[in-house]
Amino acid sequence: MWDLCTNALDTASLRGAAYGDVRVMHLRQRDLTTKNGQVGTLSQNESIGLGIRVLANGAWGFASTDRLTREGVAACAAQAVSIAKASALAKRSEVVMAPEKSYVDSWQSPFRKDPFEIPLETQLALLLAADGEMRRVKGVTLTETDMQFRKIDSWFASSIGSRIHQRKVISGCGIAATSFKGEEIQKRSYPNSFGGQHALQGYELVDSLDLIRNAPIIAEESAALHSASQCPEKIGTLILGGSQLGLQIHESIGHPIELDRVLGQEANFAGTSFLTLDQLNKLKYASTIVNVVADARLDHGQGLGTFAYDDEGVPAQCTDIIKGGEFCGYLSNRETAHLVGLDRSSGTMRTESWNRLPIIRMTNVSLLPGTWDYDDLILDTQDGILMETNRSWSIDDRRYQFQFSTEIGWEIKGGKKVRMLKNPSYSGLTTEFWNSCDAICKFDHWTLWGTPNCGKGQPMQTMGTGHGASPARFRKVRIGTAFSNQ
Amino acid sequence: MKSSTKTRQPPKGTSTASADLLPERELRRLIETVLRLAKSTGAEETEVQVDEVAGALTRFANNAIHQNVAEHGLTVSIRTVAEGRTARATTNRIDEDSLRAAIEASLSLAHSRPKDPRLLPMPGKQRHRTVNRFIKPTAALSAEDRARAVRRACDLAVKNAQVAAGIYSNGQSQSALGNSRGLFAAYRETHSEFSITVQEGPAASWAKANSADVRAFDPQKLATRASEKSHLAVNARELTPGRYTVILEPAAVLDLVGFLFYDFSATALEDKRSCLNNRMGKQLFGQNISITDDVYHPLQKGAPFDGEGLPRQRVRLVDRGIPKNLVYSRAAAKVVGKQPSGHGFALPNEYGEAPMNLVFAGGDSSLEKMISSTNRGLLVTRLWYIREVDPYEKVMTGMTRDGLFLVENGKVTGAVRNFRFNQSLIEMLKNVELLGPAVRATGEEAFEMVVPAMKVRDFHFSEVTKF
Repeated sequence: MWDLCTNALDTASLRGAAYGDVRVMHLRQRDLTTKNGQVGTLSQNESIGLGIRVLANGAWGFASTDRLTREGVAACAAQAVSIAKASALAKRSEVVMAPEKSYVDSWQSPFRKDPFEIPLETQLALLLAADGEMRRVKGVTLTETDMQFRKIDSWFASSIGSRIHQRKVISGCGIAATSFKGEEIQKRSYPNSFGGQHALQGYELVDSLDLIRNAPIIAEESAALHSASQCPEKIGTLILGGSQLGLQIHESIGHPIELDRVLGQEANFAGTSFLTLDQLNKLKYASTIVNVVADARLDHGQGLGTFAYDDEGVPAQCTDIIKGGEFCGYLSNRETAHLVGLDRSSGTMRTESWNRLPIIRMTNVSLLPGTWDYDDLILDTQDGILMETNRSWSIDDRRYQFQFSTEIGWEIKGGKKVRMLKNPSYSGLTTEFWNSCDAICKFDHWTLWGTPNCGKGQPMQTMGTGHGASPARFRKVRIGTAFSNQ
Repeated sequence: MKSSTKTRQPPKGTSTASADLLPERELRRLIETVLRLAKSTGAEETEVQVDEVAGALTRFANNAIHQNVAEHGLTVSIRTVAEGRTARATTNRIDEDSLRAAIEASLSLAHSRPKDPRLLPMPGKQRHRTVNRFIKPTAALSAEDRARAVRRACDLAVKNAQVAAGIYSNGQSQSALGNSRGLFAAYRETHSEFSITVQEGPAASWAKANSADVRAFDPQKLATRASEKSHLAVNARELTPGRYTVILEPAAVLDLVGFLFYDFSATALEDKRSCLNNRMGKQLFGQNISITDDVYHPLQKGAPFDGEGLPRQRVRLVDRGIPKNLVYSRAAAKVVGKQPSGHGFALPNEYGEAPMNLVFAGGDSSLEKMISSTNRGLLVTRLWYIREVDPYEKVMTGMTRDGLFLVENGKVTGAVRNFRFNQSLIEMLKNVELLGPAVRATGEEAFEMVVPAMKVRDFHFSEVTKF
């Protein structure tokens, strides 16, 4: 692979590129699903190719190819340079990048069980068993399960001398039960909605989930939701379960801190950000107990945003985003770091595949644990609603106004969960919401959740991001708006 | 030393136009190779799909190109059947060893699963209607062509003290599908797209078009429209949330009604996750709503065959407000004793089928007529981040974006801050007062469809944002 990389970089240099970086990537994926006791999707996908990004005449060009011959790679590199020169026809300034050292390294994400070595019969048997447990529950009309495994090898080389090989193993698994009755569809998912939990782990992730024990629980809840009371519409106290809080972090902190959005580079599609440059180190983003980091290092956990180097050859880092409630950091790459006067990129350039340009993406953007025991948090809440497991999510294109709904809610009265609520939802403005946070549970309740489906960029790229969170409490939140009809 | 010198010779004749696709005979040869190799592996039946894409996209922001990419890729996806079991393996390596490995992977997956009680024998030869959507000038557009058009759009923004961001893309793609029962189908098309957001201070507006034929739209006209609307969008004032009459431009209609498409899947009804369960044949929408799935419509795109190679049929889904028909894969059709409609997804899958080429019947009201007939309402340019809140009542939430305007006494009187909506699509399609001509619309939340602008009463906005 290194020969292909060298060939590409040499060609680009010869054609006039002042800088180049190249990625050869080999992606393997296995998808398994079941529905109502039958196997649904059963597929394996393999893709290998090369993408090269170059700077020529002060502007960027990128080209990719699956023709991994000497001629194919050279043509691809030459095309990237030609494209860069075309870009220069509509440039306003020369691209300059923050400095970075070169690295020669090889890294593999840790895993105990290679999911591609586990017999498929074993994997399907587990999914079908969980499916069967859900179907046994009266009132359940649709059962679904899924597993997804990925193995990604990438060879990164740049014209400043870096040569970095990384291998990542990613696993995902989840189950869901749906109940249709009367004029209502209710659904419960475990351990999270939209495909379950995903992490930079091997098959041990699946082993840890205990699907068989949890399958009847969510199935019964999906049927029981039909007779639950409607979540009231009010201003009140809200407790969010960890997975829902993970998505809240993703949408209302993770995206607005992306410097490409802040600088207008995503204005046409993903949008911009309310976190304009003048807000850095001035905005009180959240209450003083809120601390958020963007941490791609293995020390933070095996999340979807964990790696050793980003796809621009910058080592994984931990960046403070919110410290004691104060906004103090962005996600950057080498180009945007230079534009805003930072010494160095925060190492967040990531690409979906060999045929996509790396762009700024979240790594593991996590809310650090607080001090509360979960039971104490419930006991301490006189009147509130606990919401768990995302059902819908939406936020404006500058990341101010959001609305989320969850699959299930629980009314809390006098420190106890007293009854189930259906169709829970809440909404608000980002900084008002985070400033209303008055309790965060401790590390015992903290999970590094995986969001496997974050879309950004043109052409669209899907990326996995990590979000560590433990249940937390928020005061004076607008509750029930999604189902209000005024 | 000699070989090193050789590698430093740059390739000749590099073009920034997208790479040529393989000729159809090469696709056929590739499929025949897989079928031949599969014969010796124990596969009882084999299906091969080849997809090839060559595309390029120029991205601009802050009045300059900041990303500019090109790609070429080809995948071979192989489904085998053995003893009533089926599975799929896909690769982008097309040497015989790699193809053989993919066949064996597919068979290995299939052998590891239980029998599929719904699996049918693969279909034999089919007759496919020819559809020509490969436009040479689209394929020939170069990076320089795109850069010059982007430069003109950005210069306009600079001249007006505005900031432009967007994309200009073009490319070509093709699919061929064959199986061991003699079926063969092939289709190729071109695509082009221009999208622009123009910001003036905190205000913004947007325009977008796409087509198989790059000559079907003018990037500079789109830039001019976005620029003018952005200027109109300044000084937005805040209104109280509530129910308003709205005039939805086609992109806003598309991104909302696009969420209905899977509800017309027979499998979705069988799974009881469609909003049409217990509602087929009833007057669900207004009598002015008729919806057809029609891949052959002149403003539509996409292959005229489905994931098993069956020809796509034109299907009347909604007739004057009444849901009349669903679409069926072969397996779903067999369950209910119907004919398949040619809308199945590639097997194996759990979703069955869906109509992918929706065409709404239009009307004769122009946007101007809709505005002039409105005493008080809102003109909506586009919608954003739409998600389903209630799957049966089809309540959707989302935001307005890039140009929300107040209409008073038949005129646009100013810009207003963006709203969040929580609106049932079923209710919305009961409340359509006027329809514009149906056009090929493109947004960001749904795939392209042919839809009209709509004037809708009592559209529910629940909250307002800060801009």
